[in-house]
Amino acid sequence: MSGASLTIRKLRRDFGAKRVLQDVDLDVARGQFVSLIGASGVGKSTLLKIIAGLDTPTSGSIRIGEPGEKPDVRMMFQEDRLLPWRSILDNVTIGTRSRETEARKLLAAVGLAGREDEFPSVLSGGQKQRAALARALLHKPDLLLLDEPFGALDALTRAAMQQLLSDLLEEAPRTVLLVTHDVEEALLLSDRVIVMRSGRIAHDLVLEGSRPRARGDATLARLKEELVRSLLLDEGQTRNGVQETASSSALEAAE
Amino acid sequence: MSSITDTLPSQSLNAWKRVAASPSFKAVYRRLVPWILPAILILAWHIAAVTGLLNRNVLPGPVDVVNVAISLIERGQLQHHLLVSLRRVAIGFTIGASVGLGLGALVGLSSTARQVIDLTMQMIRTVPHLALVPLMIFWFGIGEEPRVLLVALGVVFSVYINTVSGIRSVDPKLIEMGRSYGLSEPQLIWSVILPGALQQILTGIRYALGVAWLTLVVAETIASREGLGFLVQDARELLRLDVIVLVIAIYAIAGWLADFLTRKLEARLLSWHPSYGKGVRPS
Repeated sequence: MSGASLTIRKLRRDFGAKRVLQDVDLDVARGQFVSLIGASGVGKSTLLKIIAGLDTPTSGSIRIGEPGEKPDVRMMFQEDRLLPWRSILDNVTIGTRSRETEARKLLAAVGLAGREDEFPSVLSGGQKQRAALARALLHKPDLLLLDEPFGALDALTRAAMQQLLSDLLEEAPRTVLLVTHDVEEALLLSDRVIVMRSGRIAHDLVLEGSRPRARGDATLARLKEELVRSLLLDEGQTRNGVQETASSSALEAAE
Repeated sequence: MSSITDTLPSQSLNAWKRVAASPSFKAVYRRLVPWILPAILILAWHIAAVTGLLNRNVLPGPVDVVNVAISLIERGQLQHHLLVSLRRVAIGFTIGASVGLGLGALVGLSSTARQVIDLTMQMIRTVPHLALVPLMIFWFGIGEEPRVLLVALGVVFSVYINTVSGIRSVDPKLIEMGRSYGLSEPQLIWSVILPGALQQILTGIRYALGVAWLTLVVAETIASREGLGFLVQDARELLRLDVIVLVIAIYAIAGWLADFLTRKLEARLLSWHPSYGKGVRPS
Protein backbone atom coordinates (compact mmCIF):
# COMPACT_ATOMS: atom_id res chain seq x y z
CA MET A 1 0.00 0.00 0.00
CA SER A 2 1.66 3.22 -1.08
CA GLY A 3 -0.47 5.51 1.04
CA ALA A 4 -4.07 5.63 2.09
CA SER A 5 -6.95 7.56 0.58
CA LEU A 6 -8.85 10.10 2.66
CA THR A 7 -12.54 10.94 2.49
CA ILE A 8 -14.06 13.72 4.57
CA ARG A 9 -17.77 14.54 4.52
CA LYS A 10 -19.56 17.51 6.10
CA LEU A 11 -16.97 17.88 8.82
CA ARG A 12 -17.93 20.45 11.43
CA ARG A 13 -16.11 21.56 14.57
CA ASP A 14 -17.43 24.11 17.05
CA PHE A 15 -15.49 25.61 19.91
CA GLY A 16 -18.30 27.03 22.00
CA ALA A 17 -20.18 29.46 19.81
CA LYS A 18 -17.31 29.70 17.33
CA ARG A 19 -17.56 27.46 14.28
CA VAL A 20 -14.00 26.62 13.27
CA LEU A 21 -14.82 24.12 10.53
CA GLN A 22 -18.04 24.45 8.56
CA ASP A 23 -19.05 21.40 6.57
CA VAL A 24 -15.71 20.55 5.01
CA ASP A 25 -15.75 18.02 2.16
CA LEU A 26 -12.43 16.68 0.96
CA ASP A 27 -11.25 13.71 -1.09
CA VAL A 28 -7.58 12.84 -1.26
CA ALA A 29 -6.38 10.02 -3.50
CA ARG A 30 -3.75 7.62 -2.23
CA GLY A 31 -0.23 8.84 -2.75
CA GLN A 32 -1.30 12.44 -3.26
CA PHE A 33 0.60 15.30 -1.61
CA VAL A 34 -1.88 17.99 -0.55
CA SER A 35 -0.98 21.32 1.01
CA LEU A 36 -3.42 23.31 3.13
CA ILE A 37 -2.78 27.03 3.22
CA GLY A 38 -4.74 29.93 4.63
CA ALA A 39 -4.60 32.79 7.08
CA SER A 40 -4.15 32.12 10.81
CA GLY A 41 -7.20 30.71 12.55
CA VAL A 42 -9.08 29.41 9.51
CA GLY A 43 -9.12 25.86 10.87
CA LYS A 44 -6.20 24.22 9.04
CA SER A 45 -4.55 22.83 12.15
CA THR A 46 -7.91 21.82 13.65
CA LEU A 47 -8.66 19.82 10.51
CA LEU A 48 -5.28 18.10 10.75
CA LYS A 49 -5.76 17.30 14.44
CA ILE A 50 -9.16 15.77 13.78
CA ILE A 51 -7.70 13.58 11.04
CA ALA A 52 -4.93 12.55 13.45
CA GLY A 53 -7.52 11.59 16.07
CA LEU A 54 -6.26 14.21 18.54
CA ASP A 55 -9.54 16.13 18.37
CA THR A 56 -13.15 15.04 17.83
CA PRO A 57 -15.41 16.68 15.25
CA THR A 58 -18.78 18.10 16.31
CA SER A 59 -20.37 16.32 13.35
CA GLY A 60 -19.43 14.81 10.01
CA SER A 61 -17.38 11.81 8.99
CA ILE A 62 -13.80 10.90 8.16
CA ARG A 63 -12.64 7.76 6.44
CA ILE A 64 -8.98 6.95 6.10
CA GLY A 65 -8.17 4.15 3.64
CA GLU A 66 -10.58 1.80 1.89
CA PRO A 67 -12.88 -0.49 3.91
CA GLY A 68 -10.86 -3.41 5.25
CA GLU A 69 -7.58 -1.51 5.33
CA LYS A 70 -5.96 -0.48 8.61
CA PRO A 71 -3.92 2.54 7.68
CA ASP A 72 -1.30 3.98 9.99
CA VAL A 73 -1.47 7.75 10.54
CA ARG A 74 1.40 9.81 11.95
CA MET A 75 1.68 13.48 12.66
CA MET A 76 4.70 15.74 12.68
CA PHE A 77 4.37 19.00 14.58
CA GLN A 78 5.74 22.50 14.26
CA GLU A 79 7.87 21.87 17.35
CA ASP A 80 10.10 18.81 17.37
CA ARG A 81 8.34 17.40 20.48
CA LEU A 82 11.27 15.10 21.21
CA LEU A 83 11.38 13.74 24.77
CA PRO A 84 14.35 15.53 26.37
CA TRP A 85 15.12 12.55 28.64
CA ARG A 86 15.47 10.04 25.82
CA SER A 87 18.37 9.61 23.43
CA ILE A 88 17.76 10.47 19.78
CA LEU A 89 17.50 6.78 18.91
CA ASP A 90 15.00 6.09 21.71
CA ASN A 91 12.98 9.10 20.59
CA VAL A 92 12.77 7.85 17.03
CA THR A 93 11.73 4.36 18.09
CA ILE A 94 8.97 5.58 20.42
CA GLY A 95 5.84 3.46 20.20
CA THR A 96 7.55 0.73 18.18
CA ARG A 97 9.29 -2.48 19.10
CA SER A 98 12.65 -3.75 17.84
CA ARG A 99 12.94 -1.38 14.92
CA GLU A 100 16.42 -0.27 15.94
CA THR A 101 18.17 -1.19 12.68
CA GLU A 102 15.58 0.66 10.63
CA ALA A 103 15.76 3.64 12.97
CA ARG A 104 19.54 3.84 12.55
CA LYS A 105 19.12 3.70 8.77
CA LEU A 106 16.53 6.48 8.84
CA LEU A 107 18.69 8.62 11.12
CA ALA A 108 21.54 8.19 8.65
CA ALA A 109 19.17 9.18 5.83
CA VAL A 110 18.26 12.43 7.60
CA GLY A 111 21.92 13.16 8.26
CA LEU A 112 22.09 12.25 11.95
CA ALA A 113 24.36 9.21 11.79
CA GLY A 114 26.56 9.03 14.88
CA ARG A 115 24.21 11.20 16.96
CA GLU A 116 21.92 8.31 18.01
CA ASP A 117 22.99 8.20 21.65
CA GLU A 118 22.94 11.94 22.30
CA PHE A 119 20.19 13.82 24.10
CA PRO A 120 18.02 16.25 22.11
CA SER A 121 19.31 19.25 24.09
CA VAL A 122 22.69 19.15 22.31
CA LEU A 123 21.15 19.21 18.83
CA SER A 124 20.35 22.33 16.80
CA GLY A 125 16.76 23.21 15.89
CA GLY A 126 17.15 21.82 12.38
CA GLN A 127 18.72 18.59 13.62
CA LYS A 128 15.91 18.08 16.14
CA GLN A 129 13.34 18.55 13.40
CA ARG A 130 15.18 15.97 11.28
CA ALA A 131 14.99 13.53 14.17
CA ALA A 132 11.25 14.27 14.42
CA LEU A 133 10.90 13.56 10.69
CA ALA A 134 12.75 10.26 11.11
CA ARG A 135 10.40 9.41 14.00
CA ALA A 136 7.33 10.12 11.84
CA LEU A 137 8.67 8.05 8.94
CA LEU A 138 9.81 5.05 11.00
CA HIS A 139 6.22 4.00 11.45
CA LYS A 140 5.86 3.84 7.67
CA PRO A 141 2.61 5.79 7.90
CA ASP A 142 0.11 5.46 5.07
CA LEU A 143 -1.00 8.97 5.83
CA LEU A 144 1.56 11.51 6.97
CA LEU A 145 0.22 14.71 8.56
CA LEU A 146 2.61 17.64 8.71
CA ASP A 147 1.59 20.66 10.81
CA GLU A 148 3.91 23.48 9.74
CA PRO A 149 6.89 21.20 10.31
CA PHE A 150 9.49 23.64 8.94
CA GLY A 151 7.85 26.88 10.08
CA ALA A 152 10.31 27.58 12.88
CA LEU A 153 13.46 26.89 10.87
CA ASP A 154 15.73 29.39 9.13
CA ALA A 155 15.43 29.70 5.35
CA LEU A 156 18.47 27.57 4.51
CA THR A 157 17.61 24.72 6.85
CA ARG A 158 14.02 24.86 5.61
CA ALA A 159 15.11 24.45 1.99
CA ALA A 160 17.31 21.50 2.97
CA MET A 161 14.44 19.88 4.91
CA GLN A 162 12.03 20.34 1.99
CA GLN A 163 14.53 18.61 -0.30
CA LEU A 164 15.01 15.82 2.25
CA LEU A 165 11.28 15.28 2.58
CA SER A 166 10.69 15.04 -1.16
CA ASP A 167 13.66 12.67 -1.56
CA LEU A 168 12.35 10.39 1.19
CA LEU A 169 8.85 10.46 -0.30
CA GLU A 170 10.22 9.54 -3.71
CA GLU A 171 11.78 6.42 -2.18
CA ALA A 172 8.64 5.45 -0.27
CA PRO A 173 5.52 7.20 -1.59
CA ARG A 174 2.61 7.85 0.76
CA THR A 175 -0.31 10.22 1.16
CA VAL A 176 0.73 13.52 2.72
CA LEU A 177 -1.24 16.43 4.13
CA LEU A 178 0.88 19.51 4.81
CA VAL A 179 -0.34 22.58 6.67
CA THR A 180 1.88 25.55 5.91
CA HIS A 181 2.02 29.32 5.85
CA ASP A 182 4.68 29.23 3.18
CA VAL A 183 3.00 29.48 -0.24
CA GLU A 184 6.22 28.66 -2.04
CA GLU A 185 6.70 25.53 0.08
CA ALA A 186 3.19 24.41 -0.81
CA LEU A 187 3.74 24.96 -4.52
CA LEU A 188 7.14 23.27 -4.55
CA LEU A 189 6.20 20.11 -2.71
CA SER A 190 2.59 19.26 -3.48
CA ASP A 191 0.33 17.88 -6.18
CA ARG A 192 -2.54 19.98 -4.98
CA VAL A 193 -2.93 23.18 -2.97
CA ILE A 194 -6.06 23.87 -0.95
CA VAL A 195 -6.77 27.37 0.31
CA MET A 196 -8.96 27.55 3.39
CA ARG A 197 -11.01 30.56 4.37
CA SER A 198 -13.05 30.87 7.60
CA GLY A 199 -13.57 27.16 8.09
CA ARG A 200 -14.26 26.29 4.46
CA ILE A 201 -12.29 25.22 1.44
CA ALA A 202 -12.07 28.35 -0.74
CA HIS A 203 -9.83 27.16 -3.57
CA ASP A 204 -8.76 23.72 -4.68
CA LEU A 205 -5.82 24.00 -7.03
CA VAL A 206 -4.42 20.91 -8.77
CA LEU A 207 -0.88 21.52 -9.98
CA GLU A 208 0.39 20.13 -13.24
CA GLY A 209 3.59 18.17 -13.67
CA SER A 210 5.45 16.04 -11.16
CA ARG A 211 6.93 17.21 -7.86
CA PRO A 212 9.24 18.49 -6.59
CA ARG A 213 9.14 21.50 -8.79
CA ALA A 214 12.02 23.79 -9.64
CA ARG A 215 12.25 27.03 -7.65
CA GLY A 216 11.90 30.15 -9.79
CA ASP A 217 9.66 28.55 -12.43
CA ALA A 218 7.59 31.25 -14.18
CA THR A 219 4.21 29.53 -13.75
CA LEU A 220 4.95 28.95 -10.07
CA ALA A 221 5.90 32.59 -9.60
CA ARG A 222 2.56 33.68 -11.10
CA LEU A 223 0.59 31.21 -8.98
CA LYS A 224 2.45 32.30 -5.88
CA GLU A 225 1.62 35.94 -6.61
CA GLU A 226 -2.08 35.09 -6.95
CA LEU A 227 -2.22 32.95 -3.83
CA VAL A 228 -0.36 35.46 -1.68
CA ARG A 229 -2.73 38.21 -2.79
CA SER A 230 -5.77 36.10 -1.95
CA LEU A 231 -4.30 35.18 1.45
CA LEU A 232 -3.51 38.79 2.32
CA LEU A 233 -7.11 39.65 1.62
CA ASP A 234 -8.21 36.97 4.10
CA GLU A 235 -5.78 38.18 6.71
CA GLY A 236 -7.22 41.68 6.46
CA GLN A 237 -10.74 40.35 6.82
CA THR A 238 -10.08 38.20 9.86
CA ARG A 239 -8.25 41.01 11.57
CA ASN A 240 -10.77 43.80 11.03
CA GLY A 241 -13.92 41.92 10.27
CA VAL A 242 -14.59 44.17 7.26
CA GLN A 243 -14.05 43.81 3.57
CA GLU A 244 -10.86 45.46 2.38
CA THR A 245 -9.18 45.82 -0.97
CA ALA A 246 -6.19 43.64 -1.66
CA SER A 247 -3.87 46.61 -2.05
CA SER A 248 -4.74 48.21 1.27
CA SER A 249 -4.20 45.01 3.24
CA ALA A 250 -0.96 44.42 1.37
CA LEU A 251 0.19 47.84 2.47
CA GLU A 252 -0.83 47.10 6.02
CA ALA A 253 1.19 43.90 5.98
CA ALA A 254 4.22 45.75 4.67
CA GLU A 255 4.22 48.17 7.60
CA MET B 1 58.66 47.50 37.96
CA SER B 2 59.88 45.93 34.71
CA SER B 3 63.35 45.33 36.14
CA ILE B 4 61.88 43.11 38.82
CA THR B 5 59.56 41.05 36.66
CA ASP B 6 62.17 40.63 33.93
CA THR B 7 64.54 38.67 36.14
CA LEU B 8 64.24 35.38 37.99
CA PRO B 9 60.87 35.87 39.77
CA SER B 10 59.13 36.19 36.41
CA GLN B 11 60.37 32.72 35.48
CA SER B 12 58.98 31.17 38.62
CA LEU B 13 55.82 33.17 38.09
CA ASN B 14 55.48 31.68 34.62
CA ALA B 15 56.10 28.20 35.98
CA TRP B 16 53.41 28.82 38.58
CA LYS B 17 51.05 30.02 35.87
CA ARG B 18 51.67 26.84 33.91
CA VAL B 19 50.85 24.70 36.94
CA ALA B 20 47.76 26.78 37.65
CA ALA B 21 46.54 26.33 34.08
CA SER B 22 46.87 22.53 34.09
CA PRO B 23 43.53 20.67 34.18
CA SER B 24 44.41 18.53 37.19
CA PHE B 25 45.26 21.61 39.25
CA LYS B 26 42.00 23.25 38.21
CA ALA B 27 40.07 20.16 39.28
CA VAL B 28 41.71 20.10 42.71
CA TYR B 29 41.25 23.86 43.09
CA ARG B 30 37.55 23.63 42.22
CA ARG B 31 37.06 20.94 44.84
CA LEU B 32 38.95 22.80 47.55
CA VAL B 33 37.46 26.28 47.14
CA PRO B 34 34.11 25.59 48.88
CA TRP B 35 35.99 24.35 51.98
CA ILE B 36 38.14 27.43 52.46
CA LEU B 37 35.48 29.50 54.22
CA PRO B 38 34.39 26.76 56.70
CA ALA B 39 38.07 26.11 57.48
CA ILE B 40 38.68 29.80 58.21
CA LEU B 41 35.59 29.99 60.44
CA ILE B 42 36.63 26.94 62.46
CA LEU B 43 40.17 28.26 62.78
CA ALA B 44 38.86 31.63 64.01
CA TRP B 45 36.61 29.81 66.48
CA HIS B 46 39.60 27.81 67.72
CA ILE B 47 41.80 30.89 68.13
CA ALA B 48 39.05 32.74 69.96
CA ALA B 49 38.61 29.80 72.35
CA VAL B 50 42.35 29.32 72.99
CA THR B 51 43.09 33.02 73.56
CA GLY B 52 40.21 33.30 75.98
CA LEU B 53 38.40 35.77 73.76
CA LEU B 54 35.50 33.36 73.90
CA ASN B 55 34.30 32.28 77.33
CA ARG B 56 34.17 28.48 77.36
CA ASN B 57 31.10 28.60 79.57
CA VAL B 58 29.35 30.38 76.70
CA LEU B 59 30.75 28.44 73.74
CA PRO B 60 33.35 25.66 74.01
CA GLY B 61 36.11 25.58 71.38
CA PRO B 62 36.38 23.06 68.54
CA VAL B 63 39.01 21.03 70.42
CA ASP B 64 36.64 20.59 73.39
CA VAL B 65 33.92 19.41 71.02
CA VAL B 66 36.24 16.90 69.34
CA ASN B 67 37.39 15.65 72.75
CA VAL B 68 33.87 15.08 74.00
CA ALA B 69 33.04 13.34 70.73
CA ILE B 70 35.96 10.94 71.23
CA SER B 71 35.00 10.16 74.81
CA LEU B 72 31.36 9.60 73.85
CA ILE B 73 32.41 7.28 71.02
CA GLU B 74 34.68 5.37 73.39
CA ARG B 75 31.76 4.82 75.72
CA GLY B 76 29.65 3.71 72.75
CA GLN B 77 27.05 6.41 73.38
CA LEU B 78 27.40 8.60 70.31
CA GLN B 79 27.05 5.74 67.80
CA HIS B 80 24.06 4.41 69.66
CA HIS B 81 22.10 7.68 69.75
CA LEU B 82 23.10 8.55 66.18
CA LEU B 83 21.89 5.18 64.88
CA VAL B 84 18.59 5.50 66.75
CA SER B 85 18.02 8.94 65.20
CA LEU B 86 19.05 7.85 61.71
CA ARG B 87 16.70 4.89 61.93
CA ARG B 88 13.80 7.14 62.91
CA VAL B 89 14.50 9.54 60.04
CA ALA B 90 14.91 6.70 57.54
CA ILE B 91 11.67 4.95 58.48
CA GLY B 92 9.65 8.17 58.82
CA PHE B 93 11.03 9.55 55.57
CA THR B 94 10.35 6.35 53.63
CA ILE B 95 6.76 6.20 54.85
CA GLY B 96 6.12 9.90 54.24
CA ALA B 97 7.78 10.01 50.83
CA SER B 98 5.98 6.87 49.63
CA VAL B 99 2.58 8.17 50.70
CA GLY B 100 3.31 11.63 49.26
CA LEU B 101 4.52 10.21 45.96
CA GLY B 102 1.62 7.79 45.68
CA LEU B 103 -1.10 10.30 46.51
CA GLY B 104 0.63 12.98 44.44
CA ALA B 105 0.79 10.72 41.39
CA LEU B 106 -2.85 9.76 41.82
CA VAL B 107 -4.03 13.36 42.16
CA GLY B 108 -1.75 14.57 39.36
CA LEU B 109 -2.95 11.93 36.92
CA SER B 110 -6.64 11.64 37.69
CA SER B 111 -9.04 14.55 37.93
CA THR B 112 -11.46 12.41 39.94
CA ALA B 113 -8.78 11.70 42.54
CA ARG B 114 -7.96 15.38 42.56
CA GLN B 115 -11.54 16.32 43.36
CA VAL B 116 -11.78 13.74 46.12
CA ILE B 117 -8.38 14.08 47.80
CA ASP B 118 -6.78 17.45 47.07
CA LEU B 119 -8.90 19.72 49.25
CA THR B 120 -8.42 17.45 52.28
CA MET B 121 -4.67 17.33 51.75
CA GLN B 122 -4.48 21.11 51.41
CA MET B 123 -6.43 21.55 54.63
CA ILE B 124 -4.31 19.13 56.64
CA ARG B 125 -1.21 20.74 55.17
CA THR B 126 -1.98 24.08 56.81
CA VAL B 127 -1.78 22.51 60.29
CA PRO B 128 1.79 22.86 61.57
CA HIS B 129 2.68 19.22 62.11
CA LEU B 130 4.81 20.02 65.13
CA ALA B 131 1.66 21.23 66.88
CA LEU B 132 0.59 17.59 66.93
CA VAL B 133 3.45 16.53 69.22
CA PRO B 134 1.36 16.56 72.45
CA LEU B 135 -1.50 14.73 70.73
CA MET B 136 0.85 12.10 69.31
CA ILE B 137 2.41 11.46 72.69
CA PHE B 138 -1.03 11.21 74.24
CA TRP B 139 -2.07 8.66 71.61
CA PHE B 140 1.06 6.63 71.17
CA GLY B 141 2.97 7.17 74.39
CA ILE B 142 6.68 7.89 74.36
CA GLY B 143 7.78 4.97 72.17
CA GLU B 144 9.00 5.04 68.60
CA GLU B 145 5.63 5.50 66.86
CA PRO B 146 4.93 9.18 67.56
CA ARG B 147 8.41 10.23 66.47
CA VAL B 148 8.43 8.21 63.27
CA LEU B 149 4.89 9.33 62.46
CA LEU B 150 5.75 12.98 62.99
CA VAL B 151 8.69 12.69 60.61
CA ALA B 152 6.44 10.98 58.04
CA LEU B 153 3.82 13.71 58.46
CA GLY B 154 6.44 16.41 57.94
CA VAL B 155 7.70 14.73 54.77
CA VAL B 156 4.38 13.82 53.16
CA PHE B 157 3.22 17.26 52.09
CA SER B 158 6.29 18.63 50.37
CA VAL B 159 6.63 15.42 48.35
CA TYR B 160 2.88 15.44 47.62
CA ILE B 161 2.69 19.06 46.46
CA ASN B 162 5.78 18.82 44.28
CA THR B 163 4.65 15.55 42.70
CA VAL B 164 1.23 16.97 41.85
CA SER B 165 2.58 20.19 40.40
CA GLY B 166 5.43 18.35 38.63
CA ILE B 167 2.97 16.07 36.88
CA ARG B 168 0.62 18.89 35.99
CA SER B 169 3.43 20.98 34.52
CA VAL B 170 4.47 18.31 32.02
CA ASP B 171 4.26 19.83 28.53
CA PRO B 172 0.83 18.86 27.13
CA LYS B 173 2.38 18.92 23.66
CA LEU B 174 4.62 16.01 24.60
CA ILE B 175 1.61 14.09 25.92
CA GLU B 176 -0.24 14.80 22.67
CA MET B 177 2.79 13.53 20.75
CA GLY B 178 2.87 10.36 22.84
CA ARG B 179 -0.82 9.74 22.17
CA SER B 180 -0.46 10.29 18.43
CA TYR B 181 2.48 7.86 18.36
CA GLY B 182 0.36 5.12 19.83
CA LEU B 183 1.55 4.99 23.45
CA SER B 184 -0.85 3.25 25.82
CA GLU B 185 -1.89 5.05 29.01
CA PRO B 186 0.66 3.20 31.25
CA GLN B 187 3.40 3.76 28.64
CA LEU B 188 2.49 7.43 28.54
CA ILE B 189 2.78 7.71 32.32
CA TRP B 190 6.05 5.81 32.47
CA SER B 191 7.91 7.34 29.53
CA VAL B 192 6.45 10.85 29.25
CA ILE B 193 4.71 12.04 32.42
CA LEU B 194 6.93 10.72 35.22
CA PRO B 195 10.26 11.69 33.59
CA GLY B 196 8.78 15.12 32.89
CA ALA B 197 7.81 15.55 36.54
CA LEU B 198 11.01 14.08 37.96
CA GLN B 199 12.91 17.32 38.40
CA GLN B 200 10.25 18.82 40.62
CA ILE B 201 9.67 15.56 42.51
CA LEU B 202 13.37 15.54 43.38
CA THR B 203 13.16 19.15 44.55
CA GLY B 204 10.33 18.06 46.87
CA ILE B 205 12.38 15.16 48.19
CA ARG B 206 15.37 17.38 48.85
CA TYR B 207 13.25 19.83 50.77
CA ALA B 208 11.50 16.98 52.62
CA LEU B 209 14.85 15.66 53.88
CA GLY B 210 15.43 18.98 55.62
CA VAL B 211 11.96 18.91 57.15
CA ALA B 212 12.56 15.33 58.34
CA TRP B 213 15.63 16.35 60.33
CA LEU B 214 13.91 19.38 61.78
CA THR B 215 10.95 17.31 62.87
CA LEU B 216 13.20 14.72 64.44
CA VAL B 217 15.00 17.31 66.57
CA VAL B 218 11.70 18.51 68.01
CA ALA B 219 10.21 15.03 68.34
CA GLU B 220 13.27 13.75 70.20
CA THR B 221 13.61 16.61 72.66
CA ILE B 222 10.25 15.71 74.20
CA ALA B 223 10.03 12.74 76.56
CA SER B 224 12.77 10.77 74.89
CA ARG B 225 15.23 8.22 76.23
CA GLU B 226 17.30 7.71 73.10
CA GLY B 227 18.55 9.58 70.07
CA LEU B 228 20.45 12.79 69.40
CA GLY B 229 17.59 14.91 70.71
CA PHE B 230 17.73 13.07 74.02
CA LEU B 231 21.49 13.63 74.13
CA VAL B 232 20.94 17.39 73.81
CA GLN B 233 18.21 17.42 76.48
CA ASP B 234 20.39 15.40 78.81
CA ALA B 235 23.38 17.67 78.21
CA ARG B 236 21.29 20.76 78.88
CA GLU B 237 20.29 19.44 82.28
CA LEU B 238 23.90 18.57 83.09
CA LEU B 239 25.14 21.90 81.67
CA ARG B 240 27.37 20.09 79.19
CA LEU B 241 27.73 22.80 76.52
CA ASP B 242 30.33 20.78 74.61
CA VAL B 243 27.86 17.95 74.04
CA ILE B 244 25.18 20.39 72.86
CA VAL B 245 27.56 21.97 70.34
CA LEU B 246 28.66 18.50 69.22
CA VAL B 247 25.10 17.42 68.46
CA ILE B 248 24.42 20.65 66.59
CA ALA B 249 27.54 19.98 64.52
CA ILE B 250 26.30 16.45 63.80
CA TYR B 251 22.95 17.84 62.63
CA ALA B 252 24.81 20.18 60.29
CA ILE B 253 26.99 17.40 58.86
CA ALA B 254 24.07 15.01 58.45
CA GLY B 255 21.99 17.69 56.73
CA TRP B 256 24.82 18.48 54.37
CA LEU B 257 25.37 14.79 53.63
CA ALA B 258 21.69 14.23 52.80
CA ASP B 259 21.72 17.23 50.50
CA PHE B 260 24.93 16.02 48.86
CA LEU B 261 23.45 12.58 48.19
CA THR B 262 20.22 13.97 46.70
CA ARG B 263 22.25 16.24 44.44
CA LYS B 264 24.26 13.23 43.24
CA LEU B 265 20.96 11.46 42.59
CA GLU B 266 19.66 14.49 40.68
CA ALA B 267 22.79 14.66 38.54
CA ARG B 268 22.38 10.99 37.72
CA LEU B 269 18.64 10.94 37.02
CA LEU B 270 18.58 14.27 35.21
CA SER B 271 21.73 13.77 33.14
CA TRP B 272 19.66 14.56 30.03
CA HIS B 273 18.88 18.02 31.39
CA PRO B 274 21.14 20.76 30.03
CA SER B 275 21.67 22.29 33.47
CA TYR B 276 22.53 18.99 35.16
CA GLY B 277 24.64 17.37 32.46
CA LYS B 278 28.36 16.88 32.87
CA GLY B 279 30.60 19.86 32.39
CA VAL B 280 27.81 22.39 32.15
CA ARG B 281 27.38 23.15 35.82
CA PRO B 282 30.50 22.29 37.80
CA SER B 283 29.54 21.22 41.28
